[in-house]
Amino acid sequence: MLNQLDKRLLEMVADLHEVPQGAYNIRKNGSGIGRNTTGNINIVSKADKSGIDIIVKPGTINESVHIPVILSTAGLQDMVYNSFDIGEGSDVVIVAGCGIHNGGDENSQHDGVHDFIVRKGGKMRYVEKHYGEGDGKGKKILNPKTIITVEQDGVAEIDLVQIKGVDQTRRDTEVYLHDNARLIVTERLLTYANQEAESKITVELLGKESTAQIISRSVAQDQSKQIFYLNMLGKNQCRGHIQCDSIIMDQAVVRAVPEISAYHTDAQLIHEAAIGKIASEQILKLMSLGLTEEEAEEKILEGFLK
Amino acid sequence: MLQIKNLSFSVEEGNRSVEILKNINLVLEKNKLYVITGPNGGGKSSLAKAIMGIIQPTQGSIHLKGEDITSLGITDRAKRKMGYAFQQPPRFKGFKIKDLLKLAYGEEKNEDEICDLLLEVGLCAQDYINRDVDASLSGGELKRIEIATVLARNLTLAIFDEPEAGIDLWSFQKLVETFKMMHADKETTIIIISHQEKILSLADEVIIIAEGTVKEQAKRDDIMSRIVKDLECGCNKTCDIGGSAHVEPIG
Repeated sequence: MLNQLDKRLLEMVADLHEVPQGAYNIRKNGSGIGRNTTGNINIVSKADKSGIDIIVKPGTINESVHIPVILSTAGLQDMVYNSFDIGEGSDVVIVAGCGIHNGGDENSQHDGVHDFIVRKGGKMRYVEKHYGEGDGKGKKILNPKTIITVEQDGVAEIDLVQIKGVDQTRRDTEVYLHDNARLIVTERLLTYANQEAESKITVELLGKESTAQIISRSVAQDQSKQIFYLNMLGKNQCRGHIQCDSIIMDQAVVRAVPEISAYHTDAQLIHEAAIGKIASEQILKLMSLGLTEEEAEEKILEGFLK
Repeated sequence: MLQIKNLSFSVEEGNRSVEILKNINLVLEKNKLYVITGPNGGGKSSLAKAIMGIIQPTQGSIHLKGEDITSLGITDRAKRKMGYAFQQPPRFKGFKIKDLLKLAYGEEKNEDEICDLLLEVGLCAQDYINRDVDASLSGGELKRIEIATVLARNLTLAIFDEPEAGIDLWSFQKLVETFKMMHADKETTIIIISHQEKILSLADEVIIIAEGTVKEQAKRDDIMSRIVKDLECGCNKTCDIGGSAHVEPIG
């Protein structure tokens, strides 16, 4: 069922070498090709559109769900809607991600809408990796839309990674945090050649004592273009911190458009944004440890995006 | 071990050339500890950077164990077991302290070995090993990690540019002990740029650099006794040392 190409894509987006343990749903070229459910995690196909519902029972601890998508047919346009219901008091890891191999001249595109509800006291770690490969002239395009609601005392940790091969992406993430809910977003992005990436993250801190931290790190090389819209709205006694750092190289263009808005006197919001090239002192330091200039640059970028 | 011949270094400022180092000649012997001192802006750090290959001299040559290394870059000098602790070390976002120290070692090291190294520079290892080398570290903490990157490397020639700057008294004492031990091992030639009496007192020889030239290179006791005498003469801001050179008070 999985050929060598599929396995490589799965490894890149979900660190999978074989079919995963626990619950999973693997989607290839617009169709499901494998699914497993457990006693605590159910996966059901949507009746009205393409996609799945993932239901995690309350109190489910230390389980994971893998839902990778792979596209290997050139020119395919895939659209999927997935819904996640993370039960009260549960603690789960969800590994999503999409890998595209495009060996043709037409564009391959995967658009996904993921909506989550993390119920009271639930904890979810969500990892989404994007990867593209193939020597065709067609672009590899990924446009994920993610909507997350975190109920009282819930925690959402979001890891968004796009390191290689995606020509064009438009990422749109919305998060709504209720009382004492916590959000940690880590975004890592590398673009090169003529790639273009846009990331929009909007967080509404609705509940008392809700907290959010967004760390966005990116590297733009060659003639690539990046734009970040990071918006945090404090609507209660809450704390929010956005840290957006970019390393710019060659003829790349990076734009960061920060916005923080307070609608409550006890809202504490901080935004930090920095764009700059690699500091020459960093390169000199690593060269003084015996690395070449190229190795030093590589290590600095690797650490920055780790 | 290290020989510097007729070394000069100039920078262009507008339409004129400013000489930072002027015809420096030095011979440093194997396994000795040298302290370079002198007034601010006198050329000490520029000399150290020229030795490490961070800046290229405009004239003259540098020889390590008989090999002319003048045209070699930093990486090649590092591969010849030369090391340099920067006066103002850079921070690295996303780099853990243990990762930087592993790079410095140049080989895989376990966490216990890395912890031992951090202890040598006065850092409580377990609190630091997984921290990032970023703005969350104070200047003094960063400086001690910088020194640790040099200690890790088992060097032929180790250069420390004002290692005491920004370090608290307790850690400074620890650092002095570390330099003593490093010198006692007799495997590394050590150059320390410093104004501190305790570090000067470790020196086999003291080199005074001022106005871009070597004003004096002499045994520690000869120079120290003169410094004390000059301080006793009452001029406690600056004292004449080695002809026209001026050094700031020490101790």
